Amino acid sequence: MSATAGLTKPRFVLPGPVIASVAVVALIALAIATGGPVIVRQVVSGLLLGAIYMTVAVAFTLTIGVLNFLNFTIPSLFMLTGMVAWALVSRGYLTFAGTWAWLVALLVGVAVAVAASLLVERFTFRYLRMKHGDATEHAIPLVSSLGFLLVFENLILIPLGSDSQRFTVPFKADVHIGGMVIGVAQLASCVLAVAVVGALSFILKHTKVGRALRTIAENPDTASLLGVNVGRVVPVVFILTGVLSGLAGALFTVNYGDVSPFMGDNVGTKAIAAMVLGGIGSIWGAIVGGLVVGLAETLSIQYFGGDSVSMMVWGLVLVIIILRPKGLFGIASIGKGKM
Amino acid sequence: MSGYLSGTLAILCINLIFAYAIFVTAAAGQINLGGAGFQAIGAYATAWLASQPDIPMRIIIPAATLITALIGFLISFPVLRTRGVYMVLATFAFGEVVSGFLLRSSIFGGAMGMVVTQHIELWVLIASAAAVTLATFYLMATRLGLAMRSLNDDEEAAAVLGVNVRAVQVAAFTIGGAFAGFSGALYALNFGFVEAQYFNSLLSIYVLLFVLIGGAQTAWGPLAGSLFFTILPELFRIGGSWRYFVFGVLIVLMMVVRPEGIVTRDLVRRLSPFGWRSRRAAGSSHGR
Repeated sequence: MSATAGLTKPRFVLPGPVIASVAVVALIALAIATGGPVIVRQVVSGLLLGAIYMTVAVAFTLTIGVLNFLNFTIPSLFMLTGMVAWALVSRGYLTFAGTWAWLVALLVGVAVAVAASLLVERFTFRYLRMKHGDATEHAIPLVSSLGFLLVFENLILIPLGSDSQRFTVPFKADVHIGGMVIGVAQLASCVLAVAVVGALSFILKHTKVGRALRTIAENPDTASLLGVNVGRVVPVVFILTGVLSGLAGALFTVNYGDVSPFMGDNVGTKAIAAMVLGGIGSIWGAIVGGLVVGLAETLSIQYFGGDSVSMMVWGLVLVIIILRPKGLFGIASIGKGKM
Repeated sequence: MSGYLSGTLAILCINLIFAYAIFVTAAAGQINLGGAGFQAIGAYATAWLASQPDIPMRIIIPAATLITALIGFLISFPVLRTRGVYMVLATFAFGEVVSGFLLRSSIFGGAMGMVVTQHIELWVLIASAAAVTLATFYLMATRLGLAMRSLNDDEEAAAVLGVNVRAVQVAAFTIGGAFAGFSGALYALNFGFVEAQYFNSLLSIYVLLFVLIGGAQTAWGPLAGSLFFTILPELFRIGGSWRYFVFGVLIVLMMVVRPEGIVTRDLVRRLSPFGWRSRRAAGSSHGR
């Protein structure tokens, strides 16, 4: 890891935070300058989409940062929340209807995502650590998570069907800010996403669990020697992953009124792109990356058409990984461990 | 032979060659999650060449293989700058970019795909799969194969002992590209139609699972994995969409019970008919 890790050293170093802020502001300014008021709405919806990507990207970056594990179940946790909530409301499993039904359904959805995430932990990390010592050394968790992706998707697909389900969006209300019409749900979603990520950042920095997690991220063996109960702390990562992915799924469901067993795939890939852009292992990087990808997506749909988005985003990811693998805010040592 | 059986056999042959493409890089310690991109290049090169007048199949297949090998060679330099999770993501991104490009390009038919006018016989597929299998077994027995194995076990130790790490990695990517392109060419010629949507990230994931479930330690692994993955879904076909669910459960359980894959080096040693020495080696590695 040490001698050859120098190969990935970036050739040039740019001040990340500056570039990130400039990029976001410049994108918005450019869009508004060229497009006028029509574009303002695109920017707002781009920021909402960005908030969803950001939340999922933080989930990805947390598992890679702490456990060196690219968790492919995150898109399916996102999907579980949306599909479970939709099924509860539309199939009449709840005895009451309306706004409260949706709130309860979404909470149940997030709870399902957390439970599923803990199931993944049980079979990828806890068992493997007992059997093989350091599970993160192998590609095993990656393969297991791909297996779980199939399990969760098909578990939802079999009873609920593979079709995309559209429904009228709950929580319909608008506010007017300076001539713009913004949905309350949109605004609340952005605020909620930022609040949860902010809370996570606080937990990591200032609490005992957060310190333990950061120690494990440095080195699991040393953490264990220093008295961190690794077996007790690792599930926390998966609980947080479930909460973040579930929350993102809930926000997506509420704002777009469109769920399907494959709804996580697109959001998941965009979130990976956002994470790489911001720098793997950095929460602030994931935040900025998520917003940039969300904005870039809505704006490039406006200018170049929908087909181009995926290729542009992935092309950008490829270039960043190769030229500046630590992204805008990343920590160079993360994720280099052997798979 | 019934159409159903020959169809399954054709898919098995193509999957097997594709699995060896990913195995060659995995054996050298690199995880390639962009396999579909390489196969797509081979398939589209074949479709394009076949659409030109007067190019016989015996030229098309080697040409498509060479083109993909060349791209594998070229892409290996930037990709090998990365490690671990970054390499998984870089190769994944490569696959996405290739399928995104093909989906939008007008000369390759865009979302409509391309019709391939020439067709390949089943026996050629079987012979090709056998040839690639034998070639990989031979490769793993050569000095280069040994060097690849040493990189997988410990890159730094291998470098200290005089293995040219970068050259071996580039060779592995190039050979992997060639195999993937070959499988793509056979895919295009067998099915007579290529579309970018087929070469998606799910295909890349499946082929990587062929190798990792089968076992990346020996050349037997991809064979076991491809058989497991191609025949099992056929058996589960009765269960409708439950088969993918069972499939996922099996993957998770496999990783719990036998994370090295179905076929491991120990298993091969133990079943090998050659002498007591290898048996003792197998026994000692089990000691606690």
